[in-house]
Amino acid sequence: MTEMLEHDVPSFPMARECPMHPPAEYKEIRKQEPVSRVRMPDGQLAWLVTGHEEGRKLLADPRVSSDRQHPAFPLTFTAEQREAFNRNNRLSFRRSMIGLDAPEHGVHRKMLISEFSVRRIAALRPRIQEIVDQSIDDLLAAGQGADLVEHVSLAVPSLVICELLGVPYEQRHGFHEWTRKLISRTTSPQERTEAAESLNDFLDKLVTEKEAGEPTDDVIGRLIARNRENPVMTHEEIVGTAILLLIAGHETTANMISLGTVALLENPEQKAQVTADSSLLPSAIEEMLRYFSIVESATSRVATEDIELGDVTIRKDEGVVVSGLAADWDDSVFENPGELDFHRGARHHVAFGYGVHQCLGQNLARVELEIVFATLFRRMPGLSLAAPADDLPYKNDAGIYGIYQVPVNF
Amino acid sequence: MHITADRERCVGAGQCVLAAPAVFDQDDDGLVAPLTVDPTDGDQDAVRQAVNVCPSSAIWIDKE
Repeated sequence: MTEMLEHDVPSFPMARECPMHPPAEYKEIRKQEPVSRVRMPDGQLAWLVTGHEEGRKLLADPRVSSDRQHPAFPLTFTAEQREAFNRNNRLSFRRSMIGLDAPEHGVHRKMLISEFSVRRIAALRPRIQEIVDQSIDDLLAAGQGADLVEHVSLAVPSLVICELLGVPYEQRHGFHEWTRKLISRTTSPQERTEAAESLNDFLDKLVTEKEAGEPTDDVIGRLIARNRENPVMTHEEIVGTAILLLIAGHETTANMISLGTVALLENPEQKAQVTADSSLLPSAIEEMLRYFSIVESATSRVATEDIELGDVTIRKDEGVVVSGLAADWDDSVFENPGELDFHRGARHHVAFGYGVHQCLGQNLARVELEIVFATLFRRMPGLSLAAPADDLPYKNDAGIYGIYQVPVNF
Repeated sequence: MHITADRERCVGAGQCVLAAPAVFDQDDDGLVAPLTVDPTDGDQDAVRQAVNVCPSSAIWIDKE
């Protein structure tokens, strides 16, 4: 291994040149060293995993922690943002399963698994179809140049997750704004704290109401009921879980709808394939999930013991960023990764992570994407971008990649 | 082919059900419930894919 001088260590996150492609450095870094050193915005060194095999290995390793409070956990925060994050005194924000380790993580996750099984999600299809149809009616009513993000990308997953969790959809403007601030790296520490507290207080109030009354027939209500029979979660942990499910349930799918729509419009041949044969949609969606791998650094960890990975030893208490985006563009696993190939069989991508923390809502996301793309291009065969794809406002500042607005004609 | 599924290791991602629906199901708890532990020849490629995409190594092939 070559010795790297301190000033040679690249910074993470890295910038993109093309909005549809990962940062160009990933390819070079992976070729040289699929587990390499990077400097995080707070100045700390961390390991960056850019190889698919190495990434899956690390994420499946029991010797890693997801504890975001660990001082070496790689966060895309400046030192000042990190200090504010640690000072935030709303406990529940720290108590959701995304940041828990075994055995606690498994106990919490098992409280929710049944809600997101393939069969349970399949049963939601008719309602999701209605929601998608309504959102397209709204887009059409808004007229030429209307924003796909506002009317479809954000509206569909927000209403779906609100109904599922039992969160009033009328309150969406609040949680959309708080989420935007929380995932943007340009949010000031003060603003981030306020957004975190507002979101926390909003869901704390909702959970408190549900705990006080008769059990409601929704995910949070059923979680509360289940927890009464078998108490494994505190009130703060239920609130933390509600925050996690609400953010993860709307923001991620929204960005995939926007990016996927732009990708299909920019690749007419691929679009023609899925509009001609909707049975190709599931594999097209796996490929789009791979291609964009939008949640890049939720798969960060801290080593709890020394771990050999690739040619290096990650020491105990060192941070690791597994870039799902880099892993999913590993050309030793996905040939010509820059080609959107709906026939490649991309099911082993890590866009939903890997290991015991792999996305709980992945099958909901798949069904929402399938119904949106099938319906959008059937009802709006003349759909086109009202601005050049390269000029759209991409979320280069955000921890979850996407597009802020997508004006469309139809 | 003979397979084993471990409910204790399962995290309910549902990946096996998508990859090989004739072989894997989820029970009422959302955990892996194989429909058969002796997949037919026609399902074996799908089973290999299910094993590959399972995030928690909760299913494996005992005998090819």
